[in-house]
Amino acid sequence: MFESLSARLQAVTERLRGKARITEADLDVALREIRLALLEADVNFKVVKDFVTRVRARALGLEVLSGLNAGHQVVKVVHDELVATLGGERHQLQLGTKPAVVMLVGLQGSGKTTTAAKLAVRLRKEGRKPLLVAADVYRPAAVDQIVQLGDQIGVEVHSRPVGTPALEVARSGLEVARSKGADVMILDTAGRLHVDEAMMDELVRISGAVTPSDTLLVVDAMTGQEAVNVAEAFHARLPLSALVLTKMDGDARGGAALGIRSVTGLPVAFIGTGERTDGLEPFHPDRLAQRILGMGDVLSLVERVQETVDTEEAERVAQRMMEQRFTLEDFRSQLTQIKKMGPIGQVLQMIPGAGQMAGAAQQAVDDGQLKRIEAIIDSMTPSERRRPELIKASRRRRIALGSGTQPSDVNRLLKQFTEMQKMMKSLSSGRFPGMPGGGMRGIFGR
Amino acid sequence: MFRRRTEPQTDPAQADAADAEPVPTTVPRPARAATGMAGMGLRARPSGLGSRLRSILGVGAPATEATWDEVEEALIAADVGATTTLDLVEAARQRLRAGGGRSGDDVRRALADEVRARLDAAGSGIFELGPAPAIILFVGVNGTGKTTTIGKLAWRLRNEGRNVALAAADTFRAAAIEQLRIWGEQVGVPVIAQRAGADPGAVAFDAVAAAESRGLDAVLVDTAGRLQNKTQLMAELAKIRTVIERRQAGQPRHVLLVLDATTGQNGLLQAEAFSREAGVTGIVLTKLDGSAKGGVAVAVADRLGVPIVFAGVGEEIDALAPFDPAAYVEWLFAA
Repeated sequence: MFESLSARLQAVTERLRGKARITEADLDVALREIRLALLEADVNFKVVKDFVTRVRARALGLEVLSGLNAGHQVVKVVHDELVATLGGERHQLQLGTKPAVVMLVGLQGSGKTTTAAKLAVRLRKEGRKPLLVAADVYRPAAVDQIVQLGDQIGVEVHSRPVGTPALEVARSGLEVARSKGADVMILDTAGRLHVDEAMMDELVRISGAVTPSDTLLVVDAMTGQEAVNVAEAFHARLPLSALVLTKMDGDARGGAALGIRSVTGLPVAFIGTGERTDGLEPFHPDRLAQRILGMGDVLSLVERVQETVDTEEAERVAQRMMEQRFTLEDFRSQLTQIKKMGPIGQVLQMIPGAGQMAGAAQQAVDDGQLKRIEAIIDSMTPSERRRPELIKASRRRRIALGSGTQPSDVNRLLKQFTEMQKMMKSLSSGRFPGMPGGGMRGIFGR
Repeated sequence: MFRRRTEPQTDPAQADAADAEPVPTTVPRPARAATGMAGMGLRARPSGLGSRLRSILGVGAPATEATWDEVEEALIAADVGATTTLDLVEAARQRLRAGGGRSGDDVRRALADEVRARLDAAGSGIFELGPAPAIILFVGVNGTGKTTTIGKLAWRLRNEGRNVALAAADTFRAAAIEQLRIWGEQVGVPVIAQRAGADPGAVAFDAVAAAESRGLDAVLVDTAGRLQNKTQLMAELAKIRTVIERRQAGQPRHVLLVLDATTGQNGLLQAEAFSREAGVTGIVLTKLDGSAKGGVAVAVADRLGVPIVFAGVGEEIDALAPFDPAAYVEWLFAA
């Protein structure tokens, strides 16, 4: 249904191929795609506007790194800007006072009760004694839900008979937390609409009575454009300290968090993943950034290319590919570079569309094929590497002997290499200039 | 079309006192003052799309390129989504070029007509229970309001004199069965349930059997919320559907996807996946009483052809209305 940003930028990438510098006109095309991708990821439209302006300023005139194409490099700028917006110091819960009070607030169905239980599990793991307080007195069976969850995880739950006002439940909860020596009271409140004045007043009264050390706004990762208004409304009435972004095990991009963060400055403290009570994780800005961009991840690839690839060498090889002078020697040098980048399957998984190839390639590495290919090439003389057509029966036997393989293995490699050369000829120029491109399939794909 | 209220509105002064009044199952929420009621009981919001459009377009001034960009933004702000927005704007511009005028009011009308046409093309607003029994399966992601919607629809059907039962096939979430039971008591209808952790397919089977043996008009089957990318859980849902199908041909007659109006573009992926696995026949758009406009449902109707059949417009038991495309579009574009 949605194209990822990297897919969207494919067209832009074609256009930018071979350019040494990103021009204003190129950038306009790329920024339009970025804008659409961010909107489809539910980033608030006002935030998108400002964001795109910042990216534009950063990307203009950027020099294109060899081994990359300009499209990917623009994506990298977007990513870095996203991380900068989402990032900052990680939010730590204020657990100094005893009992600390963590109040959970949010819209209906955002996942407050589940988050309360998960938070209790997490705090107990850290050696603290939590108390869950069931102040959602409106939703039918909400109290039953938290009592059952408490049973499951072995954390005490404070609840009052049906009909007790929420404020009273919260107050008595604090007394119980004190008397039982709990370190932290986790206060679950009823979901409510931010436009519901009476219900918001109730929260303000509860907050005033128990003075939370942390008030966490629980936000569903699937939330759309209204997320910003919701967060602003809660923030205006309550001393919010951070966000919990829930249902992150789904396939929502979670752009809502970017909007909220930009507008309110609130950090994301945790992300909720799954219905199991251990599914609460600390927040990593870079992961959310990648997710918002929906890229499988070119970014890490870009970084690895930057870190490991000898750009001069990559350029030289790319040049030779384009001139169709790509030899086994060049291929050998490519293999070395790929190996430097880490487990090959992982690298390939980062390339959009190469996922299916990744399995085969990883298999090739696992059963030593890659090593065998290297050994075969290493057993050739320099002239053989440059002119594989020299290799006839006796040279083949010698190479096989030298590399500990069979002449048929040598034959197969040569045949596949020839196919790869043909493929390169048909490709107008390298799609990934620093990489052997589609030719990898020829070597590993059978 | 206007929502009938069973209880008189409590005035704001009484709202605070509501906390103190014990009731058998839950505490009633403090009542909200109802202002600017439109069809379906939707409340107009000053920050809405209509007022945005009015401030962008004015009333009589001709639209320029810059204003069209802002029109796009207004639709995107309502969660209609970039793709559908561009599509709608293009279509509206064509309408205007074909002689529909060029003033702000003309633009607003052209857009409203486009949205309306797409909702109608999907068959929005049409829900027929059909001959007894009707098995109605409720599906959706977590927290969209499936159980609440079932309670409200049961109440509605019962008020129409229908013989209804609920079935608790959400055997997974803590206290989900209890929640449905409370609704059953409030509405005064029986609840078909097994123990927590039971096979939801078995509960669905019981539901069809009960529909036949008790001569029910409708059984409303609750299922556990599930994120659409969870293959196993989606397969479980497909199985629940199959169990019902095998037990009685032509059932479930309705498969309603409960979609939270606050949801952004992920709503499209939800509709796509639930349609594929469970054969969704209609959408219930919930939580329209907040500030969200539910524009993603327009995108779903347009791109997937799934109609919107009901709207959840409040906390009250009677706050579920048959979706009225005319009222919705009017509300969406209300100034």
